[in-house]
Amino acid sequence: MTDTLNGKGLALIPRTDVKQTLKDFKSDQEVRWCPGCGDYAILAAVQSFLPELGLKRENIVFVSGIGCSSRFPYYLNTYGFHSIHGRAPAIATGLAASRPDLSVWVITGDGDALSIGGNHLIHALRRNVNLNILLFNNRIYGLTKGQYSPTSEIGKITKSTPMGSLDKPFNPISLALGAEAGFVARTIDSDRKHLQGVLRQAAEHRGASLVEIYQNCNIFNDGAFDTLKDPGTRDEITVRLEHGQPIVFGTGDNERAVRLSPTGGVEVVRRAEVSDGEILVHDAHNPDPSLAFALSRLDEPAFEHVPIGVFRSIDRPSYDQLLNEQVQTATADKGTGSLADLLHGGDTWTIR
Amino acid sequence: MTKQVQQLDRVIIRFAGDSGDGMQLTGDRFTAETAQFGNDLSTLPNFPAEIRAPAGTLPGVSSFQLHFADHDILTPGDAPNVLVAMNPAALKANLGDLPKGADIIANTDEFTKRNLAKVGYDGNPLEDDSLAEWRLHAVPLTSLTVKALEGYDISKKDAERAKNMFALGLLSWLYHRPTEGTIQFLEAKFAKKPEIAKANIAAFQAGWNYGETTESFSVSYEIKPATLRPGTYRNISGNQALAYGLIAASVQSKLPLFLGSYPITPASDILHELSKHKRFGVRTFQAEDEIAGVGAALGAAFGGSLGVTTTSGPGIALKAETVGLAVTTELPLIIVDVQRAGPSTGMPTKTEQTDLLMAMYGRNGESPVPVLAAATPSDCFTMAIEAARIALKYRTPVMLLSDGYLANGSEPWRIPDIDELPDISVLFTTEPNGADGTTYLPYLRDPETLARPWAVPGTAGLEHRIGGIEKADGTGNISYDPDNHDKMVRLRQAKIDGIDVPDLVVDDPDGDARVLVLGWGSTYGPIAAAARRVRASGHKVAQAHLRHLNPLPANTGEVLRSYDKVLLPEINLGQLAMLLRARYLVDVISYNRVRGLPFKAAELAAVIQDVIESD
Ligand SMILES: Cc1ncc(C[n+]2csc(CCOP(=O)(O)OP(=O)(O)O)c2C)c(N)n1
Ligand code: SF4
Ligand SMILES: [Mg+2]
Repeated sequence: MTDTLNGKGLALIPRTDVKQTLKDFKSDQEVRWCPGCGDYAILAAVQSFLPELGLKRENIVFVSGIGCSSRFPYYLNTYGFHSIHGRAPAIATGLAASRPDLSVWVITGDGDALSIGGNHLIHALRRNVNLNILLFNNRIYGLTKGQYSPTSEIGKITKSTPMGSLDKPFNPISLALGAEAGFVARTIDSDRKHLQGVLRQAAEHRGASLVEIYQNCNIFNDGAFDTLKDPGTRDEITVRLEHGQPIVFGTGDNERAVRLSPTGGVEVVRRAEVSDGEILVHDAHNPDPSLAFALSRLDEPAFEHVPIGVFRSIDRPSYDQLLNEQVQTATADKGTGSLADLLHGGDTWTIR
Repeated sequence: MTKQVQQLDRVIIRFAGDSGDGMQLTGDRFTAETAQFGNDLSTLPNFPAEIRAPAGTLPGVSSFQLHFADHDILTPGDAPNVLVAMNPAALKANLGDLPKGADIIANTDEFTKRNLAKVGYDGNPLEDDSLAEWRLHAVPLTSLTVKALEGYDISKKDAERAKNMFALGLLSWLYHRPTEGTIQFLEAKFAKKPEIAKANIAAFQAGWNYGETTESFSVSYEIKPATLRPGTYRNISGNQALAYGLIAASVQSKLPLFLGSYPITPASDILHELSKHKRFGVRTFQAEDEIAGVGAALGAAFGGSLGVTTTSGPGIALKAETVGLAVTTELPLIIVDVQRAGPSTGMPTKTEQTDLLMAMYGRNGESPVPVLAAATPSDCFTMAIEAARIALKYRTPVMLLSDGYLANGSEPWRIPDIDELPDISVLFTTEPNGADGTTYLPYLRDPETLARPWAVPGTAGLEHRIGGIEKADGTGNISYDPDNHDKMVRLRQAKIDGIDVPDLVVDDPDGDARVLVLGWGSTYGPIAAAARRVRASGHKVAQAHLRHLNPLPANTGEVLRSYDKVLLPEINLGQLAMLLRARYLVDVISYNRVRGLPFKAAELAAVIQDVIESD
């Protein structure tokens, strides 16, 4: 089942008939992350997924900020721009708005996207710029060697917080939904199938897509997502959201379901205690983001139950479409501009 | 009654009133009539900083100064010959600038006890003899207007509001201005409210007739048209000229224009103007902040657009890191700084030249950027194209400096023929440039310009990555090699140092002056006017003006060294002087005032005179 409304997200981007493989997307640069870093898995998943899109490689661009994750573009044989800390969404906005024929991907980290670049992120999302934003969330500052980040849990002991961090973290999904992003999803570095499924839907969605990817930093925050990976706990806490499907998770006696709560949010109940009709059926296409937001709050308190998958996927015109429509309308009304006419506009007089 | 007509060679009028009195519009119309008539002119509006300051107060005074003449002029004038004061606040705020003997036309209706008290007048200056040293014309502008509009089906408020058109009519009579343009303008402006249009036209005509019949004005004035270079002219402000220059640069380079900008006084009008011209393929993007504005422009440049960002000093401070990224990725980008008084918020509506060193050096690392500065409002057009030329040819961000004085001031502009404009088109790289015939080297340099190739996304076979990390010469791959870094630092500097800029031209009519007065940016008009005065009084002074500040023209050192003294007036504390001293070891004499106002010609003439006479 494809989970996109508009499926035409790639319509303006030139396609190729030449068969592509993973190798086509590998650059000649040596990958320099720490051995065991979750970034490797994501890179491999992206490289092997890109050929599926059938797009001309030269029309794909990866723009990144600064951080371990932001080294990503160097390793892909597409166009790439490794920019400055936090500003990738802004830079990519100019590129995507002026070049509707490009598939533009933003690679960012939790610090890059949510600290220094928080403002650009929310504005890119609300404008619905045609970008696929992959937020590598390792809940730590990797590149600067291990300070806590805006997604670190309260009380995090790091070099900069020897007595524990004090500030409440952002939930990136809640934040993106609050900015009314049209496509919001979460996935995990180690689950390649799920990761690629989400990327596919993000790519096909025209407009801003935010994909939070839980990424293990085995040097500074190892095991942050282990409960989602460990076969012993994984299925008890992972809530797999699928459009049109009732939201249930857990196994055996521990099977649970999500239903509307009397307070207007959602709540987790034992599956055995509710009738089929009471179970919330996930509707990613609901124009009202309230329920998607409520679902994003299910992992509050953190990591008791964690929804992954596509929270929201709605169709609305992308910023580049609207901007180019204005250019076309202006031109259609009065024709392409003439420089001589422009300069001679207003009151003129002639001296002989 | 037949009235006397007197010939004048030039006049400076200042219209002053409350923000709500329509003084900018009145000034604009008088300017249009004057341009139509064929005088040379120069204008300077002065807005209150507050959007809606309380009515009748000093901070609420808005004014518009216009200098027009039968010969070519260079500034909006030092001191008005005529002040139109629509209320006591306007009189009080402007009287200090008014030389003795000048005319004051005051709207007596507004000189009420209450209004007088509001600005601290004890008595009525129109009635005591405190204005005895000026020629006072006390005219009940409001009541005359209301009376003239009695037959019209409009509210009393609308009738009163037309008083600015009455004043315009009176001034138009006084200086023999043509009137058709204003009538057409009013018809068009109020096309949807024909009764208001008729009333405003009637007020305008009533003002004219009042001049003809009243005894308060016994003389009217004629200022012959100026002999300007043949051609078609229009009046243009610096911001408008800059916007048009950017559009022209887009046409001449055949690249779509992308503007990323965040509103800020006094630069916002460039954003406003450009957003009207989508027909030229112009895409304007009002970003969430200045960082995003320049970021988006740089992203668009990566994609093959002519990327531009416009702002004022506080915005330049925010953009610094991204400009550095443009320096190292060697992408073309235009950064416009319409300077205003600082530091911090400073005085947003006031002018200054205090961002020069920030434009030159306000970035981390060795980060050279070409810096240009427009000299006059219409020069903003030329310099915008020049900025684009350099950015595109050398693949570099370029800083273009304007300021509040140029931005809002206006002057007649001889509209260039399109074929006079330079061809600045660029060729994107579309083929591999490596020796093996298959690889693409994004940092292989043009041996002449040292520019790197520009291959835009969508070009097959040239996929490559760029970024802020130091790059290996040629391949552009990440490199931490010490010698490579030293080489790249020097290459980036050499590229900027090697930019082709025209030689500095010296104006020295007799060729034997011993003192050079040098300027940059918007001081051109006042300096040139001052030099004229000095020469008219029998002294010799040479003048030169820099529009390229980085790199400086190749002959700059030679020019500076060939005079006994070099005087450099700047509206800062000596920023260019510092650069010139460091670079050429020439003991430049600085003259600095940082009052938020342009220099006056008389002030600079006295300074030049002093330098000539002292030894
Ligand atoms: C303007 C600026 N401030 C600070 C830094 C230092 N810095 C580089 S990356 C980073 C945080 C990276 O964290 P995150 O975005 O989570 O990326 P990760 O390394 O974890 O992938 C910081 C603070 C910088 N490069 N630029
Ligand atoms: S520090 Fe962490 S995030 Fe960075 S490369 Fe190493 S493991 Fe990966
Ligand atoms: Mg991180």
